[in-house]
Amino acid sequence: MERISINPITRLEGHGNIEIFLDEAGNVSRAYLQIPELRGFEKFAQGRPAEEMPRITPRICGVCPTAHHMASVKCLDALFQVQPPPAARKIRELFYNMFMFEDHLLHFYYLGGPDFIVGPKAPKAERNILGVIGKVGLEIARDLISTRKAVRELMTEIGGKVIHPVFGLPGGISKPLSPEIIARLKEVGKKALDFARFTLKAFHEIVLSNPQYLELITSPAYFLKTNYMGLVDEKNRVSFYDGEVRIVDVDGKEMGRFSGLDYLEYIAEHVEPWTYIKFPYLRKLGWKGFVDGEETSIYRVAPLARLNAADGMKTPLAQEEYERFFETLGGKPVHHTLAYHWARVIEALQAAERMVELSSDEEISSPDVRNLSLKTPREGVGIVEAPRGTLIHHYKTDERGIIQEANLIVATVANAASMNMNIDRVAKATIKEGRVDEDILNLVEMAFRAYDPCFACATHSLPGGFPIKIKIFTRRGKKIKELSNL
Amino acid sequence: MADKPWVAFYWCASCGGCEEAVVDIAEKILDVVEAVNIGFWPVALDFKREDVESRPDGFFVASFVNGAVRTSEQEEMVKLLRKKSRLIFAFGSCSHLGGIPGLANLYSREEIFDYVYRKSPSTENPGETLPAENSRENGNELHLPEFYDRVYSLDQVIPVDYYIPGCAPPPDIVMNALEALLEGKLPDKGAVLSPNKALCSTCPLNETKPEKLLIRELKRPHEFQADPEKCFLTQGLLCMGPATRTGCGERCIRAGMPCRGCFGPLDNALDQGLSMLSALASILDFTPQEKEELERVLGACPDPAGTLYRFSLPSSILKGKRRL
Repeated sequence: MERISINPITRLEGHGNIEIFLDEAGNVSRAYLQIPELRGFEKFAQGRPAEEMPRITPRICGVCPTAHHMASVKCLDALFQVQPPPAARKIRELFYNMFMFEDHLLHFYYLGGPDFIVGPKAPKAERNILGVIGKVGLEIARDLISTRKAVRELMTEIGGKVIHPVFGLPGGISKPLSPEIIARLKEVGKKALDFARFTLKAFHEIVLSNPQYLELITSPAYFLKTNYMGLVDEKNRVSFYDGEVRIVDVDGKEMGRFSGLDYLEYIAEHVEPWTYIKFPYLRKLGWKGFVDGEETSIYRVAPLARLNAADGMKTPLAQEEYERFFETLGGKPVHHTLAYHWARVIEALQAAERMVELSSDEEISSPDVRNLSLKTPREGVGIVEAPRGTLIHHYKTDERGIIQEANLIVATVANAASMNMNIDRVAKATIKEGRVDEDILNLVEMAFRAYDPCFACATHSLPGGFPIKIKIFTRRGKKIKELSNL
Repeated sequence: MADKPWVAFYWCASCGGCEEAVVDIAEKILDVVEAVNIGFWPVALDFKREDVESRPDGFFVASFVNGAVRTSEQEEMVKLLRKKSRLIFAFGSCSHLGGIPGLANLYSREEIFDYVYRKSPSTENPGETLPAENSRENGNELHLPEFYDRVYSLDQVIPVDYYIPGCAPPPDIVMNALEALLEGKLPDKGAVLSPNKALCSTCPLNETKPEKLLIRELKRPHEFQADPEKCFLTQGLLCMGPATRTGCGERCIRAGMPCRGCFGPLDNALDQGLSMLSALASILDFTPQEKEELERVLGACPDPAGTLYRFSLPSSILKGKRRL
């Protein structure tokens, strides 16, 4: 039997590794995405004071530390049974939308975008951020860099550090906003909104007006029929910072909603011996293996899943585009993995619109940013939508607030089973009777990029290419073929 | 191309924040790319292990390694990089001191596996499956690297020449280190590349600290509203400033939160936690007769290991939980 290895490919929690096995006829029997690392945060959280968790858990991921910080802080609100004052709640949400905006757009321009903006068939040397600049113009690239920088500088001043923020406490935040910061927030909000609108326009002109791209987005290799999960507000609109988690089935019908501790009724995690990552699935349906379609108990998260799980967007411009999205792609739910990219741009637009709304909200200037009437802690759950999907922190403590048990359902982990299936599908479509189609490189890349797996490269690759080398060996270890995208 | 020196970047048990820190030097990264050839950087460039193996020894002028060491794969890679590099820079707290993932040393490998794969409330594992170094699934043989019993800082695995501190290192600290390398202005080997002074000496709140600081109360951050303009220790809030090296720009303090020590100890300190204990001993104002009262006050620091050694447990004297 032949084995094909792609290594290293991803960063979920550490590195990643793809192994593809061929049968006697040279067809793919099974492809595996392995995660060869574990750090054990859930265990070593035990014994730590709960109030320190927002300063510990961001180290799960330095690409989306704000998501862990916020899930952790919200978990502390629940644990100490305290509501933050309106100003603190709004400042947290504003901060969170700034993070969502910069993270989504960066992914779009640096990593996912090159495939589409420059083109999936463009020479590889051009499919990177430099190619994007060539296509959209230097002026836009400058805007991108300066908008991102302005957002991240403000996040540093408000949150302490942009990589691993520190400002959240149960019942609020550490410090009110100064008038100077608020003035800058307003300015940056406008800039962000302009940039998000421009990005959407560019996406339409370059991607959606090109029938070949649309055909690619809707091609069978990227079709995966799963359940979907995402936070929604009281009107069932996409929400990043809080709300209820809604689950829809493969036909888009609501099959459950939950908040807080009830997550355990809906989510369970499966263990495989060949990877350190666990595979979440819908508990009520039971673990059915790596299958999609009517039978599946696997759910997907992140932009596409959130749009599928909601009835609409929270803000007007994003809502317009939400309607266009489902009209164009044939109604809800959309099962096309590559549609994650479009959904991500729509979400970036909502994040920017929320930045404008919240930065001009009078209430954020209030000095009242802490509610100190905490109650004796016992157990709490905090849920946010990380850029890469629903993120759940669950802590149990003693009466002094010392963690007895911590459970974390991390966003990218929720998509791990789907990524495995997508890779398997792409491998099966591109490797036939021992013949390996050279396109496998790009196709695997694109399956991966769509999910924006939480790895530093996903948002910050230099020069933007997604590095893959595939080597094919015979059973005796003789190399028969080598493919590389460089 | 041929004349430019080669450098390598690698990550071990880390979160990706250090990769972000490299890119956060923003437009200056272009100057760096201009000055060096990057010969290995798995996150961004497609060079594989064999591309490093095939280089002569000492080929890289410098390798920057972030993350602590926890698996056999990480150990093999850093040993290879040591051989191929003239200088090794430990990049960020995890590599420098063990970092937050180093708190896992308070538990054994078995305890971690048992909780993560068996006991956690969402795990459904009736067959008691555990990830294994070698497994067979439908006849397909799969391998995983060995998960060691403890976390190591980089210099516990290979000799390290320089340390770039911080979680994550701020852009100016990263840029200064790169410039010192490129301009040949590095200090003596073994140096931590940030000023050898306590954080208190550069803290914007230092002037609010009385000449002789004495406190009779310790508080936890969630219990009260600290005044963000006043030295946190004087308010009874544990701040690692006295035992921590400066250079971070006091970003946490400016955001209204006390220091947790990510820049690590000063040069003369044996152990960051001990330094802090000694600082606390001199500011807690109790007489020997007030032992009970002191114990009550210390109850507001319920997790000394995870607080005083938040970033430095693997590199401390204790290294982790001792099993006697």
